[in-house]
Amino acid sequence: MGLLVKDKQVVVPGDILADDLGFIPGFGTYRNNHNLVCSRLGLINMEGKVVKIIPLSGKYLPRRNDIVIGRVFDILMAGWRIDINSPYSAVLSSKETPEFIERNEDLSRHFDLDEHLVCKVTNVTSQNLVDVSCRDQGLRKLRGGRIINVNTHKVPRIIGKKGSMVSMIKQATSCRIIVGQNGLVWIDGEPDKENIAVEAIRKIETESHIPGLTDRMKTYLEEVTGVKLSLSDGGDYNGLQ
Amino acid sequence: MDYNKRLDGRDFDELRPMEAKAGIIKKADGSAMFRMGNTVAYAAVYGPRELFPKFMQDPKKGILRCNYNMMPFSGAGERVRPGPSRRSKEISAVTEKALSAVVDLSDSPNAVVDVYIELPQTDAGSRCCGINAAAIALADAGIPMKDIVAAVAIGHAGSKIVVDLNYEEEHLPHYLEGLTDKDVADIPVAIIPSTGEISLLQMDGIVQKEVLFKALHKAKAAAMLVNEVQRNALKEKFATNIESDYEENSNGSGFSNNDNNTDVSSDNNDNQFDENN
Repeated sequence: MGLLVKDKQVVVPGDILADDLGFIPGFGTYRNNHNLVCSRLGLINMEGKVVKIIPLSGKYLPRRNDIVIGRVFDILMAGWRIDINSPYSAVLSSKETPEFIERNEDLSRHFDLDEHLVCKVTNVTSQNLVDVSCRDQGLRKLRGGRIINVNTHKVPRIIGKKGSMVSMIKQATSCRIIVGQNGLVWIDGEPDKENIAVEAIRKIETESHIPGLTDRMKTYLEEVTGVKLSLSDGGDYNGLQ
Repeated sequence: MDYNKRLDGRDFDELRPMEAKAGIIKKADGSAMFRMGNTVAYAAVYGPRELFPKFMQDPKKGILRCNYNMMPFSGAGERVRPGPSRRSKEISAVTEKALSAVVDLSDSPNAVVDVYIELPQTDAGSRCCGINAAAIALADAGIPMKDIVAAVAIGHAGSKIVVDLNYEEEHLPHYLEGLTDKDVADIPVAIIPSTGEISLLQMDGIVQKEVLFKALHKAKAAAMLVNEVQRNALKEKFATNIESDYEENSNGSGFSNNDNNTDVSSDNNDNQFDENN
């Protein structure tokens, strides 16, 4: 009776999580008569009486205020259509750019096809129509560098607590790195340093579940780059430089 | 004449040896392999993704699209002509219906989830095997679903009810004298384990009503065994995560297992922007 699973346990759809009415269904769960049943593959997360699922896989679904990296794939009458590595594309309005754009101006002079940019999700409708904006500090077109694709659900691990992980990689490789919530990571620096940063991110992605990740990454990065790293709390990190 | 001993020596209630693996196709959003005896199915799931042509989009919910394909060298002897056939189109359609009974795509309007089922090797029961693989792959892709559908073929030969037929049993009159086509039936069934509902039911042959009910009863029991294999395959893929996530939490190693970081949905943005604002 009661709760049938442990916190942080892996559950699959159809698993019965609790068999009485004492628990409240959260994200990724549903109620079937008196049973609380799982509907997503993921880890159990208990918050008081609320049982919810932290997904381990799945596509990026845009949420308001997410910082994402996008690619321009169409130019509209008054804006751009942006591929944000999600089932749904986003629209960047010409009013939402850093510079003012005159009426009838050629939009491709600001953002051309296949150019990448960092932007912020400003609105998501029930039909998943997405608006993004480039009018905030640090939001801009991305020039140079490279973009790699990581699992969306590993992004918090790559960023680390208050950006500690990503700032450590930056410190070690002196690359500029932007981690988008949509699983795209932009890296710009010396070519061989970029490679080190990519390796480091891949390592985080595959080893994020093994304890002591931060210390391991520190040792790893010090070994590869020879830079002595101080474990900062990411004090100088603002996510976008 | 009756069917007293199975051609491959199994019990009448016994399934063929099963094996399942999740996440075997890297490029796919979710994937799985399912083997029942000599029948092997691979399923790859892509999506949810944008659906074109646009007129096919459904603004109320995402759509599920299945494609069943037997590889040319997969059959028993004869080469299977590649490309869609009447048979493969029908199986694609029933697979789609069997699976859409559990998947919930209301969160992805106008989108599509594509399921590609490939069979490199078949020995009867391929649609069941395909559904089993596809159900694992859909869960692996992180698609919201009520349950993992399990499918199994139940047959009737002479006076016996036979679980999980192979090719010889499906064509029993060719292999066993005294039985005619009237004495054998093949009934593929897909079951939603948590409710016992049936999401696929087809039949090849003729049976009495009472026999059909008995067969469905056996199908349910067999489907539970199939389902166990499916669940274990998914849990195995993330097995390392269970323990270590748990440990990490308990020994409190500095990184990431506080709520902010584990919870993808809440505070990541604060992380990125803390110092900015």
